[in-house]
Amino acid sequence: MRRLAILAVLALEVPGVPASSAGATQTVAMKGIAYEPKQVTVHVGDIVEWANQDIVAHTATARDKSWDVNVLPGKAGRMVMKTPGRFDYICRYHPNMTGEIVVEP
Amino acid sequence: MAKIHLTLLGACLCLAPYGAMAQGAAKLTDPQIAHIAYTAGQIDIQAAEQALKESKNKEVKAFANDMVRDHKAVNEKALALVKKLNVKPEDNETSRQLVQQAEAKRKELSALKGAAFDKAYAQNEVAFHQQVNGALQSTLIPNASNGELKDLLATGLKIFQGHQQHAEHLVQSLPARTGALAH
Repeated sequence: MRRLAILAVLALEVPGVPASSAGATQTVAMKGIAYEPKQVTVHVGDIVEWANQDIVAHTATARDKSWDVNVLPGKAGRMVMKTPGRFDYICRYHPNMTGEIVVEP
Repeated sequence: MAKIHLTLLGACLCLAPYGAMAQGAAKLTDPQIAHIAYTAGQIDIQAAEQALKESKNKEVKAFANDMVRDHKAVNEKALALVKKLNVKPEDNETSRQLVQQAEAKRKELSALKGAAFDKAYAQNEVAFHQQVNGALQSTLIPNASNGELKDLLATGLKIFQGHQQHAEHLVQSLPARTGALAH
């Protein structure tokens, strides 16, 4: 049990790992095999939420592999942005879907 | 559903994965367009099932699972649409030729094992999606008369363009073909 608690805390420290900490939420639609909006700017601690409105599953996967969110059709996936910087990301299943998250301090 | 016709010859040339098909000029309708799109999806599902059975490569299996999941989703949507429109997809020469070619490719792939199979499967996925996307773009979408069918085909095109890119990445990540045959 203690080990699980430690792992959970560690997970929250990793950039982009889904978490429940408070922060502003920026929603990105997965719609028409595209991210909408294509680029969003958030601050450290903010949450990015991807809402999949398509008929197929998508991912939001950082090109640097630092985070990866799988989102089923009709569902949403989210993560807390913990590291400042520019993150290009794609859908692993449909690499023609590209987006960018700018995380400001 | 209004029937807008296009030349079957044009569709065949675009869809022929391995060369032009011998085909006389004819007309295609929306039910036939729906049948061609559905058949192409089924063909790719069957190819993926062959890969899932044959391949031991993690990336190839993941790609094949993606193909099964996506093409099933699109085809389920297509079936729901034709049911709603009270339209029966209609078999046609293009669909039949696609099936015949797929069967030939399946036999060709079944003679390969290991890395040779993986590479050939991935290369065929690039070629197949390329040809289907070309047909959707130049022939099937522009000539579909029903708006909902046209929209579904357009969504399918974007999904399949993603598959093509994904398949291209897969080909690049796999070692060169060795031509190893099954024993």
